[in-house]
Amino acid sequence: MSKYYLLQDSERCIGCLACEVHCKTNKGLGVGPALCKNTWVGPVDVKGLPRVRFVFMPCFHCEEPWCFKVCPSGAIKKRASDGIVYIEPALCIGCKSCITACPWGSCQWDPVTQKAVKCDYCKDRVDAGLKPACVTKCLTQCLEFGEAVKLPDYRRDRFAKLVAEHAFSTETTSP
Amino acid sequence: MKSIKAPNVSGVGSPGRRSVFSMCGMCATRCPIQVEVEDGRVTWIQGNSHDKAMGASLCAKGAAGLSLEYDDDQRPQYPLIRTGPRGAGQWRRAGWDEALDYVADKLKSVIDKYGGKGVVLSDRGGAFSDLTKSFVKALGSPNYFTHDCTCGSNAHHATKSLFGVGRTGMSYDFKNSKHIVLYGRNIIESLQVKEAKDFIQALQNGAKCTYIDPRATLTAGKAARYWQIRPNTEYALNLSIINVLLKENLYDRDFVTRWSIGLDELSSFVMDKTPEWQETYTGIPAREVRSFVNEIANDAPKAIFHAGWMTARHLQSFYGSRTAHAINALLGAIEVPGGSIFAKGAKDVGKKGLNNLTDRIPAVKDPRVDGCGWKHTHFDPGPGILHLLFPAIETGDPYKVGAYIAYRHDPLSSLPDPEATMKLLDRLELLVSIDVNYSEAAWRSDVILPESTYLERANILTEKTGPKPSFLMRDQAVSPRFDSRPAWWIFRELARRLGVGEFFDFENVEEIWNYQLEGTGVTVAQLREKGQISLADKPVLWDREKGLKFKTPSGKIEFTSSVLKKAGLDDFVEFAPPKNMEGDEFRLLFGRSAVHNHAHTMNNPLLNELLDYNPIWIHPSRAEKLGIADGSLIEVSRQGYAVKGLAKVTPWIHRDAVFMLHGFGRTVPLQKRAYNKGTADQRLQKGMLTVYDPAGGGHALCECTVHVHPA
Repeated sequence: MSKYYLLQDSERCIGCLACEVHCKTNKGLGVGPALCKNTWVGPVDVKGLPRVRFVFMPCFHCEEPWCFKVCPSGAIKKRASDGIVYIEPALCIGCKSCITACPWGSCQWDPVTQKAVKCDYCKDRVDAGLKPACVTKCLTQCLEFGEAVKLPDYRRDRFAKLVAEHAFSTETTSP
Repeated sequence: MKSIKAPNVSGVGSPGRRSVFSMCGMCATRCPIQVEVEDGRVTWIQGNSHDKAMGASLCAKGAAGLSLEYDDDQRPQYPLIRTGPRGAGQWRRAGWDEALDYVADKLKSVIDKYGGKGVVLSDRGGAFSDLTKSFVKALGSPNYFTHDCTCGSNAHHATKSLFGVGRTGMSYDFKNSKHIVLYGRNIIESLQVKEAKDFIQALQNGAKCTYIDPRATLTAGKAARYWQIRPNTEYALNLSIINVLLKENLYDRDFVTRWSIGLDELSSFVMDKTPEWQETYTGIPAREVRSFVNEIANDAPKAIFHAGWMTARHLQSFYGSRTAHAINALLGAIEVPGGSIFAKGAKDVGKKGLNNLTDRIPAVKDPRVDGCGWKHTHFDPGPGILHLLFPAIETGDPYKVGAYIAYRHDPLSSLPDPEATMKLLDRLELLVSIDVNYSEAAWRSDVILPESTYLERANILTEKTGPKPSFLMRDQAVSPRFDSRPAWWIFRELARRLGVGEFFDFENVEEIWNYQLEGTGVTVAQLREKGQISLADKPVLWDREKGLKFKTPSGKIEFTSSVLKKAGLDDFVEFAPPKNMEGDEFRLLFGRSAVHNHAHTMNNPLLNELLDYNPIWIHPSRAEKLGIADGSLIEVSRQGYAVKGLAKVTPWIHRDAVFMLHGFGRTVPLQKRAYNKGTADQRLQKGMLTVYDPAGGGHALCECTVHVHPA
């Protein structure tokens, strides 16, 4: 697994799909391949309220990438320094093995170049000290990128707040 | 006449890298952006992070500006002059000189026949309308229109009736609010970047949202309370909220006493409008309304009742908006953090504003053709009421007009019943569209003048009002890819050909900017540095004891309004309940998604890929009775017009209504990606062109009902 993690806060996400277009325009991709996908599920009825979950799916940059294993031409690389998995276009022969192998649909087909394409966390930007395009321009800042061990732990923060609020309200109402 | 090329701003097209601070043009919000250019080509667009509220954020449409620029060749690339009948799609390519001469000659003959007032122009208002207003004024015509009769007119006039300022004269401080109440104001899909960011941040900070809409939008998905209200009944709900506020003494008595007139009249009007009374009409349980009002009174004054943005909904939309703002007033949620705050201009913060182009032109004496300001004394003559033009075209009363210029406005997408609209436009001698895209109206025009994209053009400078007013610049990032021109150049060239060139004696856009900035102490160079200059260090709030400036006749919030009285209108009218829908009859509702701008972007390659179809939402209880299954083909019809589309059976639409996203069902064959995909709500709105809220002037589009059957 790469040392990085791309975290999505579904509570902040509004499903605007800007991430998908930021990705495409940064990579110069036209209609067809989508290196990231933000899929929304819902609305579903949760205690009478419509609730929608947003699931952002870039490449997960696996520790043992299925795409990497099946690539016959050595086009899929994994950086030793940080584990980013990427495709070297010059080596890609367009066999689509990676597209078949990836269980999450991360590897995509580019009809213009007739080669496979995938998310590389915008490694050129990462190398320049920047964040991936989708994260940089995310409308509500629901996407966060960084080293997995350093990312904010908002779920625990929120849970703690709930527990505290409950405790406070019990204290103030007790005789 | 010798051809003059449009001068680019200096430095465009030069080699190397540069950052251009500008304004987006993918929708009318015009967010501040930063454009990276390499060797004359745009490589990256992001939000202008000099604006802290904006940051680098940008929506999908903003990102797809690159796709508009480089992938979309299915847009007008050079001037076109019609050769066949209107709408037949027969064109010939023309040079700019020829096209401009053609338009100018036709305009001349219209002006000779009817006077300058015979020329009409519509655009979508907003930041750069000083230019179009000037052009119309220079011709001696009072007939400048915005699209507002299909958008904010009802909210605009309602806000004016209470506070003396229009819809945009009041801003909402979402970020500091504790409770945000939205009546179908779909903040996260009908999207303005800064507003959506503030809204989400407010929720993160613990604010609650109460969302009221016959359809559960994504915004409903973020709300702590969602009421699936019966369509067109929010006015009844509001009256009952006022009833509880007053009866239970939950309002801000000090504020209301100090700053309003007519509380007694309002009080006696709502006396019998109890939560139990409204339940019959809205379907919202009375006890829920009571508990909501108590909650909101606790949250006040950090509370916002959004008076609506696009409120061209029903025959009492004006009163829906008016009561929403009346609630804000009763809660004392005016000019406080977290509430509604007056938008300030340069003058309000002690600065000199931009010089207007219109100020150089003598006043027009003729009255407006739509009667705004004289026949309809309560309608703002600034934007006018566009649909009132059409009866005038039909009857020649108060006078005849002969030419219509649609500038980045598509009357055939935004107005209801395009067939009826076009029949009336066909009576005119000249119909011109100036647009970046092929609009439905452009396709039926005599001449299409292609405007350069927002990345390829500079506009006049603009002043943005708000708690922190600012000057903003749309700068030119790259040279035009096709034979297009910026608007300032097009209107200048037409003005020169029509003998009023002295009002547009600018050789390039920098000269216009310098004129606008004269005496403000701000320079073009300063604006270029960051794309904007803020005129105040922090949000300016007036003193709530002494300093509130209500621009009403009384200088106070007018629950009783002399303006309305003069126009023969009531301060508050009895609620007129809509009939319940049964059998195959449904109310037709419409709305927006986050990835498209009205009807402008359906053919953008990347946005079209994200969303190219609009299914028709229908409630399961009604669908089942009609034998309609989810995903099945259905027919929707009204007055002889029928269209087929796929049903989306979902409980998240009120049983009385069917819903579809607006902007689909394009009929311009050259827009190959969007052509004929989906359904156009405006085509189903047969007979609705002249149906409007008499108090607000805006259309009553959701009064439209349709019949639905399996196809």
